[in-house]
Amino acid sequence: MVEEIGTTTDGDIIINVGPQHPATHGVLHLVITINGETIKKVEPHLGFIHRSIEKMCESLSYRQFIYVTSRMDYLSSHINNHACALCVEKGLQIEVPSRAQVIRVLMDELTRIASHELWWGAMAMDLGAFTPFFHAFRERESINDIMEETCGARLTMNYMVPGGVMQDIHPNFQTRVKNFITLYKSKVGEYNELVTGNIIFQNRMKGIGYLSSEDAISFGCTGPTARGSGVSCDTRKLYPYEIYNQLQFDEILETGCDSFARYMVRVREMNQSIRIIEQLIDNIPEGDFQAKTKAVLKLPKGEFYQRVETARGEFGVYIVSEGGTTPYRIKFRSPGFSNLSALDHIARGSKLGDLVAMMGTLDLVIPDIDR
Amino acid sequence: MLSFSTISKSIDSWLRATFSDTWTMVIEMLIAGICVISLFAILGLILVLMERKVSAWMQIRLGPNRVGPKGMFQSLADTIKLLVKEGLTPDGADKFLFNLAPILAIIVAMLLMAPIAFAKDFQLWNMNIGVLYVSAVSSMMVISILMAGWASNNKYSLMGAMRSGAQIVSYELSAGLSILVVVVLSGSLNLNEIIQSQADGWWIFKGHIPVIIAFIIFIIAVTAETNRAPFDLAEAESELTAGFHTEYSGMKFALFFLAEYVNVFIVCAIGATLFFGGWMPFHIGNWQGFNHVMDFIPSSIWFFGKTFFLIFLIMWFRWTFPRLRIDQLLNLEWKYLLPISMFNLLLVTAIAILGWYF
Repeated sequence: MVEEIGTTTDGDIIINVGPQHPATHGVLHLVITINGETIKKVEPHLGFIHRSIEKMCESLSYRQFIYVTSRMDYLSSHINNHACALCVEKGLQIEVPSRAQVIRVLMDELTRIASHELWWGAMAMDLGAFTPFFHAFRERESINDIMEETCGARLTMNYMVPGGVMQDIHPNFQTRVKNFITLYKSKVGEYNELVTGNIIFQNRMKGIGYLSSEDAISFGCTGPTARGSGVSCDTRKLYPYEIYNQLQFDEILETGCDSFARYMVRVREMNQSIRIIEQLIDNIPEGDFQAKTKAVLKLPKGEFYQRVETARGEFGVYIVSEGGTTPYRIKFRSPGFSNLSALDHIARGSKLGDLVAMMGTLDLVIPDIDR
Repeated sequence: MLSFSTISKSIDSWLRATFSDTWTMVIEMLIAGICVISLFAILGLILVLMERKVSAWMQIRLGPNRVGPKGMFQSLADTIKLLVKEGLTPDGADKFLFNLAPILAIIVAMLLMAPIAFAKDFQLWNMNIGVLYVSAVSSMMVISILMAGWASNNKYSLMGAMRSGAQIVSYELSAGLSILVVVVLSGSLNLNEIIQSQADGWWIFKGHIPVIIAFIIFIIAVTAETNRAPFDLAEAESELTAGFHTEYSGMKFALFFLAEYVNVFIVCAIGATLFFGGWMPFHIGNWQGFNHVMDFIPSSIWFFGKTFFLIFLIMWFRWTFPRLRIDQLLNLEWKYLLPISMFNLLLVTAIAILGWYF
């Protein structure tokens, strides 16, 4: 038993990192027991940004509840919306037009790149290098501009609706995306020069935060966090949705199991997303962008589950319907929550400075964890 | 020609003609004190603005551009803000030490100004042990940081201070050893004589590779000694919020801030003096014509040009590299820099005895 402030009986110091701390990227509270610089225990305290989104969804209709999910993992809002739309479509057995499917996948992959860009900048900032943050934002900004033009928003898009997408893509969309791909390809070398190849960076990342494949599975880690430990878990490959089974892309696996492996998975994943976008951007089929649906959606009585791959891992939507206009119960499976649970395990025995780096490689988004 | 030395000499002769010797000394001390304090303020303003502009340039943004032309008065506005802010002393802090620490930091930085030659024959105190004095006084900086960290009654501050203690004490060694390289070559501890010894070429060119190695080690060590990234573990924003000055606000924080920048200036000035000849213009052996042309550029411009080049180098480090971990930091010093600089010193001693330099 320990006090909130002070020292343990062994003479170890307890420090509170957060809820307001530059390293936690949000309102996460970590109670850390340290001996000198060495970490003995990390206890995450959650709930500072809990908005009871799942409960709120129970009073919203099947069209409305999608918008709330943009506020969970705000960096992959498209993908969250996508999962909800897919789940509702599954219940109503709506056939989505192929144009809408392609647009959805394009948006998902752009979101994934934008999310990884932000993570890359923030990761470097956690290690004390400020400059990469601005370089990452330069590229992310052009994705945001694309989103703004087509969806009307830059962060909480609310673009996916049951049956397709809200409106057709902007006439500039294809040119802009192609410009972005050119820009990205010209700048990605800079990323590796500035951060990946840096000797200090490699020394800070290699061999720390060891998460074995078994532990990754038992903690329920998904996404790049688990793939850095060599666990194949890409939902796009294992449980393909939309048109992912027709696309050529690789599931990135690294076997290093350390922070550097998790870092490399995300950096290499951005290239795969670019590959997917390149396959689709010239082949957007003509047709409707939205299927004809009824004004009021009523899911049949039953349980529906849909999983998708967000930038952080596997995101699941579980809907229990009693046949009414609102869901009876909704549960979201958020990737961040499970990934955070591995933090204590990987941080024990390492130095305080590395804790921040490890949190960076888990890519935590706090509103996603707390909901 | 209007130069710093003629101005100071004419003031001195006028004072000696007007007052008795004792009064002359008192008045000159006052003038020197005022000059140092105003130089402090000006350096603080310029270096903060320079850092912000350099970082903006490296981070593809504009930097301060609203206050005054091209944001020139931004740091002035910041200073006014810091002056009128409330200086809090936290509950449970050791009030005496807490308030003493920033003052000690600034005193150390001021004392270090004394032996630096800003221009030809323009120096506050031409002492015969200038180099020793600089390395002795600069090691007092750690006391103010430890004091601040301990007195704040804050765990982050304490950890920052302990890191800083370990770091500065270690890196002092290689900084001292790389300074000794130049001392051995020039055969003097007097900064003025070291500058004079570079009249036919700066040591970085005259001393072959060993001096270049010494210079690289010196730059690494002083970056660590002034607690700047990639060795900013004492502040380590993403780990310890603000390290040893977490609890400081208002003017007390500003004094730490100012002391950091002035320390950067001083170590760069020392580096410029030892390796790049201080105010000595760029001379090549006995090319009389070329040397004469170079002499037309005022000595103060040479000095400040070299110093600001080194400052830019240190800023460049800060905005490029990620931070080291504490054990890596100590490994770098004790396992690599210290043995290398010891061996280097031995080599340079042999070179100096055998006269194998230009």
